Amino acid sequence: MDPALLQVKNVSKHFGGFTALAGVSLDIAPGERFGLIGPNGSGKTTLINCISGSLRNEGGSIHFSGSEISRLPAYRRTRLGIARSFQIPRPFHSMSVLENLLVPSAYVTHLRDSEGEAKAMEILADIGLADKAHALANQLSQVELRKLELARAMAAKPRLLISDEAMAGLAGAEVDEVLKILFDLNAKGITIIMIEHIMQAVMRFSQRVVCLDAGKIICEGPPTEIVRNPDVQRAYLGA
Amino acid sequence: MKYWIGAVLVVIAAFGAALSGINEYFFYAAYIVLTFVVLSTAWNILGGYAGYVNFGTGAFFGLGSYSAVVLFKALDAPLIVQIVAGAAIGAALGFGVGIMTLRLRGIFFAIATVAILFIMETFMVNWRYVGGATGLQLLRPEVMAPFGSYTRMLFVVMALLAVIAVSIARYIQVGWIGRGLRAIRDSEEAAECSGVPTLRLKLFACVVSGALMGAAGAPMPMYLSFIEPASSFSLNWGVSALAMPMIGGTGHWIGPVIGALLLGSIQQIVTVTISNEINVLVVGVLLVLFVVLAPDGVVGLFRKWTRRFSR
Amino acid sequence: MIFSFDLLFEAVLFGVLLGCFYAAVSIGLSVSFGLLDVPHVAHPALMVLGSYCTWIVASWGLDPILAGIILMPVFFVLGVLIYRFYYETFEKRGTEAGVRGLAFFFGVAFIIEVGLILVFGVDQRTVQAPYIGSSWAIGEYRLPYRMLVAFGIALVLTAALTLYLSKTFTGRAIKAVAQDEPALRLMGANPVRIKQWAFGIATGVSALAGAMLIIVGPVEPALDRLYIGRTFCVVVLAGLGSMSGTLAAGLILGISESIVLMMLGASWAPAVAFGLLLIVLGIRPQGLFGR
Repeated sequence: MDPALLQVKNVSKHFGGFTALAGVSLDIAPGERFGLIGPNGSGKTTLINCISGSLRNEGGSIHFSGSEISRLPAYRRTRLGIARSFQIPRPFHSMSVLENLLVPSAYVTHLRDSEGEAKAMEILADIGLADKAHALANQLSQVELRKLELARAMAAKPRLLISDEAMAGLAGAEVDEVLKILFDLNAKGITIIMIEHIMQAVMRFSQRVVCLDAGKIICEGPPTEIVRNPDVQRAYLGA
Repeated sequence: MKYWIGAVLVVIAAFGAALSGINEYFFYAAYIVLTFVVLSTAWNILGGYAGYVNFGTGAFFGLGSYSAVVLFKALDAPLIVQIVAGAAIGAALGFGVGIMTLRLRGIFFAIATVAILFIMETFMVNWRYVGGATGLQLLRPEVMAPFGSYTRMLFVVMALLAVIAVSIARYIQVGWIGRGLRAIRDSEEAAECSGVPTLRLKLFACVVSGALMGAAGAPMPMYLSFIEPASSFSLNWGVSALAMPMIGGTGHWIGPVIGALLLGSIQQIVTVTISNEINVLVVGVLLVLFVVLAPDGVVGLFRKWTRRFSR
Repeated sequence: MIFSFDLLFEAVLFGVLLGCFYAAVSIGLSVSFGLLDVPHVAHPALMVLGSYCTWIVASWGLDPILAGIILMPVFFVLGVLIYRFYYETFEKRGTEAGVRGLAFFFGVAFIIEVGLILVFGVDQRTVQAPYIGSSWAIGEYRLPYRMLVAFGIALVLTAALTLYLSKTFTGRAIKAVAQDEPALRLMGANPVRIKQWAFGIATGVSALAGAMLIIVGPVEPALDRLYIGRTFCVVVLAGLGSMSGTLAAGLILGISESIVLMMLGASWAPAVAFGLLLIVLGIRPQGLFGR
């Protein structure tokens, strides 16, 4: 069995008196398609923030590719190969779509602008944004912004991509578009953690799913099992 | 390349003007305007490019002035040494304030710069060596060959400093550092997750900004033949250094230059013809007007007009 | 440096009175910056404006505290207008609001300050009242009556505002909007109206704070610069969002300043607030009770 790419061991996080994460552990295998679900406030985004480095976890440890990363600032984790998209898109709004991608290509892959532009155009073509390359980021539609988030994460050449509700608020065909992008990325060997509320997307995409509630993992397994689990149903619908 | 030709021309013009028969008063006024070019350019490196607002420009500027005075008094240091020392001390202060507060949100950095300003002033008020609250008179040479007066020489020095400052700002803006700073300004969290070492870049910008402000402060005591804490560490330096780039345009290195030339000249005229209070009022009103109505400054307005005519 | 326990005790006593006063003048900022996240560097300037307005009203023969209370609704409206303008121009657009918002309030503060200079001149203004000028003698200590009056108002004001925020519906809505705006929207409340109201209250309170300011000592237009340090020190030390912390933080500042005043003199006292602010930012930026 391959050693896990990401090992989260007993991670906790508190905000004042509020416990956002209470001892969460999970292992992600390389190349895996992993789904993370849970009601609002369950700690999904906090967990993602602790993995990506936007927040520091308080208890436990996080290992990526064998090394402990809990102490590293976020930009170093990105350089090690962890990339993420944001739930509410955060484009570099004063830059064009292409220039958005040039930031990670300059700071992670250290490419000169001429090479970086070529690589960025490839990514944009794959993702369907090539015709918007020179549009300003603040002129994009919702689904285009979501794609930009993923494209920018891709420009950092990650080994692990965390997609934080990339499909939230999108309509049917748009959801399929984004899902296809994620499948294609995974086919290229990128491990993907997907956080989503859109159940059919999680079911179609994930090989394994974990459900969080009130900062704890309440269920783990293949998608078909998870959706039938009474604890999960209770967490979402409220008993 | 066009830039460097322009820069050299500016320096030559400055020399030429100083050696010519132009009215002495021009150099008195122009020195101040050039000082503002340096201050607003320096402010913009951190404020415009990275989005971290410094209210306490006076702290860096004043510290540069006072370190020059100390060196002059203790070691009879020549002007160039004073300027380099001002830059070094300004850089150190930038690093100190930065490392303490750049980890926090922008407004905390801004308030911290005000705090530093007041603490510096209080310190100098209580330090007898530099004259305390009443300040110090300084003796400077009457003439400085080949220029007809010391003020003309200072004018040329400040013109050189302005060209250096603008060149540094341009270099930062155009390169990868500038891209990183812009990313920080647009969305710091996304920048960090895109591999940008946000704290390091912010510190860098803060240090460079502080160094330039300190350097600009160093010749000031010589210019005035006088130094005292209240005016050296006034919040007024802060409002001007902030208003000029915001009026000129914060995204491009030419913005602070335009803002400084425009507002600096207006200030000189108003202070002399009306009063200093009205001067501050004008700065405040223009600042608010531009921030509300023309957030991209003169540069932004110019771009809008050219776009309209190119259709 | 003269040191004696008697002097120290008197300094601490004075510091307690001073501290409560600082808490009261900062509580408006606690709401506008601490809860509403508005970069309100013009708060002290509005307070000084309140002082001058109090001076005007008091010159018609009214007691300054009464003047302050009368001015509160006027300043409430002013606050609502300012917030509305700020929201429409900056907060709504989101993006570069940070720099522009800060620059805006900085500009407003300067305009107010210079406006006051142009109308009133740079000289100091004071008000007259029976409790200004005499002191209460307890044993060997003398406590100035005006400080006691300010202390009293400060306690009442702080208690009233804290109770308002925790017991009334609107007050709790204000706290809620600070913590979770989307949830509030879902409950049918309009966050902008609530924030507007809160900012109005904060500005109204500043009118009374201004009255206290001119009771406690002479006022001049540039006083707002010094109070940027004191008010932000209290709010940051308390911790953003903590009303009760404001009192504790005010006391810490008041006592520290009073002791420094006693030991090192008036030329060092202004720096205390700024120094304390830097220390808090450096060591524990979330303050004593912050989230």
